[in-house]
Amino acid sequence: MPDAPILPRTTSGRLPACQSCIPRRRRCAVTVLAALALGSSLILPRAGRADPPVTVLNSWFRYIIPQVPAGGYMTLKNTSSQPMVLTGASSAACGMLTLHRTETSGGVDRMVPVAAVTVPAHGTFRFVEGGYHMMCMNPVMHIGQTVTVTLTFADGSRVPAPFVVYGVSGPSGSAPNGAATGTKMKMPM
Amino acid sequence: MGKDRQSGHSCRIVGRRRLMASGACSFLLVALTARANPSGNVNVESWHLPRLAFTMTGADTGQMVTAHDFLGKLVLLYFGYTHCPDVCPLTLHNVAQILQRLGENAEGVRVLFVTVDPNRDTLPVLRRYTHLFAPEIVGLRGTADQLAALARAYHLGYSVTPATASHPYEVTHSSAVYVFDKTGRARLLIPSLASTTPDIAGTASDLEHILHSGTGGLLARLGQLL
Repeated sequence: MPDAPILPRTTSGRLPACQSCIPRRRRCAVTVLAALALGSSLILPRAGRADPPVTVLNSWFRYIIPQVPAGGYMTLKNTSSQPMVLTGASSAACGMLTLHRTETSGGVDRMVPVAAVTVPAHGTFRFVEGGYHMMCMNPVMHIGQTVTVTLTFADGSRVPAPFVVYGVSGPSGSAPNGAATGTKMKMPM
Repeated sequence: MGKDRQSGHSCRIVGRRRLMASGACSFLLVALTARANPSGNVNVESWHLPRLAFTMTGADTGQMVTAHDFLGKLVLLYFGYTHCPDVCPLTLHNVAQILQRLGENAEGVRVLFVTVDPNRDTLPVLRRYTHLFAPEIVGLRGTADQLAALARAYHLGYSVTPATASHPYEVTHSSAVYVFDKTGRARLLIPSLASTTPDIAGTASDLEHILHSGTGGLLARLGQLL
């Protein structure tokens, strides 16, 4: 059995960029296929699962104190001709992160767990105060930070989104007690 | 579904362990059709509600407080809980905006944030939570009986349903905010401040009217004796 061909290696141990074990003819075919794949992804960026057609806008958390859940809000925009179904969310900054909506009936408020939310084709869906929201059970964050939330859709796609962390006053920033810059309380927990 | 839940007209009274006062729904439906100010808030002077009365533990001091301790102040009363990530902070944020709008008059106002979830809401958490919104907001924590008595008096609803294998821990609470004058008399019902478009100016104007409606400190003290 003949010895395997000895190929020159770089100091890092990798093969030189211009060399490979693939014969020259086959190498050419691989290059063409790679170029085609790259080209199609540039032309049709939303054709596959790897690049879902949902963008996340105006995403933020209302962070209060570590002991109480933070509410999360966002606008989901679907640019495709197919509905997109949001089925869950996760974040290292939250522990458990769940979807909810506030239901008001007869002057009584309650939070209802939500299993899925459909973003219509070429449409938007808003998670807004007093309505749909996310509950970040164990917030590990600080005001002014941006934390990442990964949204999961029914088709298996995952969309990471940056969420800005606000204080009790939210993005309006008009609370009288400096919530946007943190608490003025000095009482220990 | 089902369990202890019952329907009344278009609204539902929810209760499993502790029940909100009967008639809360019909009461609030009346509120929506009663004499409303331009702000949408409802004048409840003619409803013959009892004067503000309660005994609970104040989160600020850890001591028992009663309605008597708030005589001479205009009092807002709201039922909520700290594990409520949506409507409670939205309501308290709007309350804080109203207080800001009142300027120096805010000193004459106290906001009672009564937890309906005392098992989870410790006094230190309540204290930190309320003061983040405004220093005039006071956290109150009562026993089951103390909470039920206050709810019953003003037809405020709440319930706590512990988690089961098929249902998460659930808390419900009234949206409404009551306003009591310096003598402890119920004057106004704000149906809800859990809105992204609240009438801050209108509600602040309503409160200023009550603040300056001629019941002084001495009368407030006498009022409590009657």
